[in-house]
Amino acid sequence: MTMAWPNAVSVEVPQKPRPPVILLAGNPNTGKTTLFNALSGEAARVGNYPGITVERRSASINVQNPNGSQEKADLVDLPGAYSLSARSPEEKITLEAILGLASNPIPSLVVLVVDAGQLARNFYLLLQIMELSVPTVVAINMIDEVSSPPSMPELSRRLGVTCVATNARKKIGIAELRKAIDQALLSGTPPSINLDYPASLLGELGKIVDVLPESWQLTESRRRPMALWALTSIGDDELRDIPSELRLACENMRIARNDHDLDLEIVHTRYAWIEDCLRHAQDKGLSNPPKRLMSERIDRVLLHPVLGFLAFALVTIILFQALFIGADPLIHLIEMGVSACQSVIVHYLPSGWPRDLLVKGIIGGVGNVVVFLPQIALLFAIIGFLEDSGYMSRVAFLIDRVMRLLGLHGRAFVPMISGFACAVPAIMATRTLERQRDRLLTMLVVPLMTCSARLPVYTLIIGALFPPSRLGGWLPVQGTLMVGLYGFAIVATLGAAWVLGRTVVKARRVPLILELPPYRLPHLRSIARMVVSRSGDFLREAGTIILTCTIVLWALLSFPRAPVHNGPAASALVTQVAQSAQQLPGNARPQSDAERAAETKPIIERSPGAWIGRSLEPVLKPLGFDWRIGVGLVGSFAAREVFVSTMALVYGISDNDTGAEVPLRERMRVERRKDGSRPYSPLVGASLLAFFAIACQCSSTLAVIRRETRTWRWPAFLFAYTGILAWLTSFAIYQGGRLIGLS
Amino acid sequence: MTLADARLGEMLTIKQVGGQGGFRRRLLELGLLPGTQVTVKSVAPLGDPIELLVRGASLSIRKQEAATVSVTVELKEQFRSGSP
Repeated sequence: MTMAWPNAVSVEVPQKPRPPVILLAGNPNTGKTTLFNALSGEAARVGNYPGITVERRSASINVQNPNGSQEKADLVDLPGAYSLSARSPEEKITLEAILGLASNPIPSLVVLVVDAGQLARNFYLLLQIMELSVPTVVAINMIDEVSSPPSMPELSRRLGVTCVATNARKKIGIAELRKAIDQALLSGTPPSINLDYPASLLGELGKIVDVLPESWQLTESRRRPMALWALTSIGDDELRDIPSELRLACENMRIARNDHDLDLEIVHTRYAWIEDCLRHAQDKGLSNPPKRLMSERIDRVLLHPVLGFLAFALVTIILFQALFIGADPLIHLIEMGVSACQSVIVHYLPSGWPRDLLVKGIIGGVGNVVVFLPQIALLFAIIGFLEDSGYMSRVAFLIDRVMRLLGLHGRAFVPMISGFACAVPAIMATRTLERQRDRLLTMLVVPLMTCSARLPVYTLIIGALFPPSRLGGWLPVQGTLMVGLYGFAIVATLGAAWVLGRTVVKARRVPLILELPPYRLPHLRSIARMVVSRSGDFLREAGTIILTCTIVLWALLSFPRAPVHNGPAASALVTQVAQSAQQLPGNARPQSDAERAAETKPIIERSPGAWIGRSLEPVLKPLGFDWRIGVGLVGSFAAREVFVSTMALVYGISDNDTGAEVPLRERMRVERRKDGSRPYSPLVGASLLAFFAIACQCSSTLAVIRRETRTWRWPAFLFAYTGILAWLTSFAIYQGGRLIGLS
Repeated sequence: MTLADARLGEMLTIKQVGGQGGFRRRLLELGLLPGTQVTVKSVAPLGDPIELLVRGASLSIRKQEAATVSVTVELKEQFRSGSP
């Protein structure tokens, strides 16, 4: 809150070319986003609030200007808030946007969306906004859910601001709301309201008023409400940019009025005013809307100790199936499209590195990006459905007991579980979490989950290095290992969450307040819009990074250019690198390519990638890895399953129609050092499995975290901590195994 | 007696909201003021958190925090979602 802003007579519609700003505010679950869509039509832009990675959706709408013609205004959708009092940076967004602080533009108008069935609680926020004398229009939304709606003219008269009854889903009342917005913009009269706070409280408030920072540039009418805001927000907060004099003054006032219950005095005065206002404006008997009864009946099943968990398990299975299987046909379609493009270009362009760059680096890289879209779109469609229907809150309610052990909100369950399919959509799904700290913690541990790209690697290593025998005559070694790896991933994820939540992303424990809204039919249009906007976001921002990574890796493994006779192996590798992620989830099916019949010593051994692999050898040797695995690790940075094809190329195994995996598996099994010992023993296998389970060997994951956190700091941290942890675990396994006599 | 040990469906009146700091303020702001009627509607299958019905809205808080809200019983009998 240090940015200066022009004098706060926000009542004037600015004469600058900058369009007027209209903010859409309201409690969570009031249908704010649906109303935003109804007002804005189709074109919404998505950005971030200044200084914080919380999404800011805005759209251009037409309003009337003073000379009667139409002009554009910016409609901004604020995050849901119950009150302006803020303890976290996230909660401060609404306040800063409303006051035009912290490089936010000064709003011309606030449209407050309230739930018609929850007027008293929703009016608390309205009252705070009106106290700050910000011009306001109220949309009494979901008016269809109350049996006896309050009288709008009476309510408007009592509040001193225009109230309009709306049903955003059915687009009822939208024209009236637009008219009210136009009128409010033209008149620009801020509401003025005076509450009967205890005189003694107001008397002492002056000490806080006096130390309100100059940089907030508050008009006289806003000084007292802001002092009240400071008093009810500053204390055990996580706010930044609060001057120390102000903190001190608030603390002193709390000490001085120790005999009074300050918070209760303030909140009680506000509710008394609200109740008085509502008593006059509405009939009795509003408190039993029909929706609620229906919801209670549904909850009797969905929150039932047995049935509730069955339903919950069913939803989890659907989520899994959708991500694992549902996305598959689309992924294959993308895969086919990309290879079709590639073969067309190969057909028409002369061979040489520019063609390779285009085919394998650029088109392959674009494929690497687009291939994530089916899972991202599906996951967000499911999340939209869960949120919109009201079931997401129930998920949090059911699973909170478990998630709180990790210091996370129950809502973190969905992103966490999505990590089993792929970390990229899972990380994007953390946006459903309100606190930045929770989002960060989830992002830092989700990559430890066994994502589907790890499976081909596990299959190769387990198949090649472990016998298909049964332990003790009945326990299949290979299957047990696979299950064990899943168990290991869960333990590692929970352990990392526990440790990181208490160290790196430490935060005060925040008590849970969860609203369980009535069940509602999901609004498909809003969900579709969100899915499109999220996907576009991914393509634009994370996509560019993933594309760059693919090109860099292509270059690392394809230069120096090979003489013609031993080139094909390297280019085959590159094709694999480029196409790798298209094979998500899971089934890495190496593609046949006539070019790949090279028998000569692979060029890959002379590439910078191989050089990196060899340079890594001193670090990898204590884990039992040779330089070949080192090259595999470099290649797998494009996507984990590329490890398989990279290893195949290192061994010069041609990738025929049956794929490289079977011959590679054989080769690794029979490989012997000069002294006759096996370079790839089961012990090395175990060490390698542990390494892959933990290390964040995935440029796409790092790219998407960079996009979500807007800094390279967190992806770097993730890469470092998982790398070190993986190294230590593999070291312990390999060296421990050798100590007890395994080879 | 506190919200944490209230029986399901009892109609209660809030006597006092204890606890401190931001969480207490948030409960007050959500309308859990002394004198407000409240009902414990359900308990999560794992035993925590609990679901409250207050001013026509369903709010869920953890038992640890519910224990800071002291209440008196208004009506012993089962009370289902009716208006107060």
